[in-house]
Amino acid sequence: MIPAGVPVQRTAGARLLVVDANGAVTDHARARFPDLVRMGDVVVANDAATLPASLFGCHMPTGAAVEVRLAGRESLSLESVRRFVAVVFGAGDFRTPTEHRPHPPVLQPGDALQLGPLRANIVRVLAHPRLIEVGFLGSVPEIWEGLARHGRPIQYAYLSDPLAIWNTWTRIGSQPVAFEPPSAGFLLDWTVIQSIRSRGARFATLTHAAGISSTGDPDLDRLLPFDEPYYIPSSAAKLIEAGGHRGRVIAIGTTVVRALEHAARPDGSVRAGEGTATQRLGPLTRLRVVDAIVSGMHERGTSHYELLRAFQDDEALDRMNRVADAHGYRGHEFGDSVFLARRDARARSPQYAA
Amino acid sequence: MTGRHMQGLRAAITGGTSGLGLALVNELLRRGARVAFVARNREAVEQASRGRPGVHGIVGDISRKEEIHPIAIQVLAALDGLDVLVNNASSLGPVPLVPLADTDCEDLDLALATNVLGPFRLTKALLGSLAAAARDGRHPLVVNVSSDAATNPYPKWGAYGASKAALHHLSRIWDAELTDEGIRVLSIDPGDMDTALHALAVPDADRSTLKRPEIAARDLADVIAASLRAGTARDGATVQEVLR
Repeated sequence: MIPAGVPVQRTAGARLLVVDANGAVTDHARARFPDLVRMGDVVVANDAATLPASLFGCHMPTGAAVEVRLAGRESLSLESVRRFVAVVFGAGDFRTPTEHRPHPPVLQPGDALQLGPLRANIVRVLAHPRLIEVGFLGSVPEIWEGLARHGRPIQYAYLSDPLAIWNTWTRIGSQPVAFEPPSAGFLLDWTVIQSIRSRGARFATLTHAAGISSTGDPDLDRLLPFDEPYYIPSSAAKLIEAGGHRGRVIAIGTTVVRALEHAARPDGSVRAGEGTATQRLGPLTRLRVVDAIVSGMHERGTSHYELLRAFQDDEALDRMNRVADAHGYRGHEFGDSVFLARRDARARSPQYAA
Repeated sequence: MTGRHMQGLRAAITGGTSGLGLALVNELLRRGARVAFVARNREAVEQASRGRPGVHGIVGDISRKEEIHPIAIQVLAALDGLDVLVNNASSLGPVPLVPLADTDCEDLDLALATNVLGPFRLTKALLGSLAAAARDGRHPLVVNVSSDAATNPYPKWGAYGASKAALHHLSRIWDAELTDEGIRVLSIDPGDMDTALHALAVPDADRSTLKRPEIAARDLADVIAASLRAGTARDGATVQEVLR
């Protein structure tokens, strides 16, 4: 699939591929998204704003240039900004595809890192030689100031120019806790949100610390997605509980699915409050809360694609991919979108019936 | 109105190291709010933060586009969200004041960047948080500090007056547009105050005729409190009109 190489969140020509509950695939202008929303539905989006999570600096024991990409944290609490899970790259920047980036020097616990104004050290080396727990020194406000002023948005080689941070914030972005943009939310703007409401549907948000989508290293990528903390406001939980009886729960993005299904109770309601999503979603997942997902175009084999398999069988996803290719759909976060309804068990062909 | 009835309120104020901004920091703190303020000068920010526990000073220049998101991130990290944004930081344009015909384009640029584009950008960057607060039933609001120069054509106040007029009108339109999101945007004229900004503009003013910023801050805090209670404050009003 061709990547979208320009950071425009709502291109006039953006497309939306719809896979309905019967597995039928149709191609639409993405601007028509509100038309897919029905009275009684609850549209749930991730309102995490994007932290500038790429930090350039120096590995002090060797003097080597490194890029540290923050990729996970234990909780959303403001104090937890002292510790992050991070992936370390050697010299260079996003212009070199991640799989071709030079490796950093050997990383050891206790190694000092100077990242612009931020002083840090390696607390632990985790399940991969380039995956570390990084600890920042200084006060909490100093760390936030350092991140806010020195950090750059994480980005990849398919974009030719450096991303500005405002390219990475969705319209609804609030707490800066995502490591990469919850990009399915790029299709929302305030006008779309008003259209959703005017159709008698409700709009709700949760906050989920969306992690990184790729590291360029197959061993590291197999560890994705990392554990992701989330917060579900009680106002959202109430809407979902009420909406679940009257209409569908439509998740804007994989992170929303991950959070809602992690917080799901057997009866399809969700626990309000904080949690950490640790589960992987795939073809064997039984969705309890979410009836449909809006997402970007994802490559087969990625954790995002696996999550789509919870909604539709491979036959329908193959059909979706063929139509997407035929219509020149664009991939990655500034690309086109899919709307996948959860396969309706009653509509399944006999061989799939329970 | 006394007491700590703003307990738990999360408020951010730009231009918080002097004049009305600093007085408002004090007033909201006194009423129990959690307060973050923004100003350009690091020393002034550090000084204003000292001796004010619970206040969070942020160094940043709202007239510069690339500083808006770093400021927003630090505001949100300090307060864990946002209920009230006060766009108070202002630029006079040329100092001393001169007629428009003698105003350098750069001075008009600066007045517009500080008084219009800065508040627009910062509000836009924080709108997601304000909308999230509204969905939680917290009646968030934006207060844009205006001036009677926004409506009266005072000679020599061209850059300032035109920029404040733009901010005033922007506030009124935004307020109408954000009704469905549950966010109020108010443009409020605090009156002529005895501040450093006023002294720059009118060096020979009789200071005894000017409002003390502490009084203006108290009135403004009353407006904020009224809006938080029920979203009742009208846009485009003076403090007196709102409280009447």
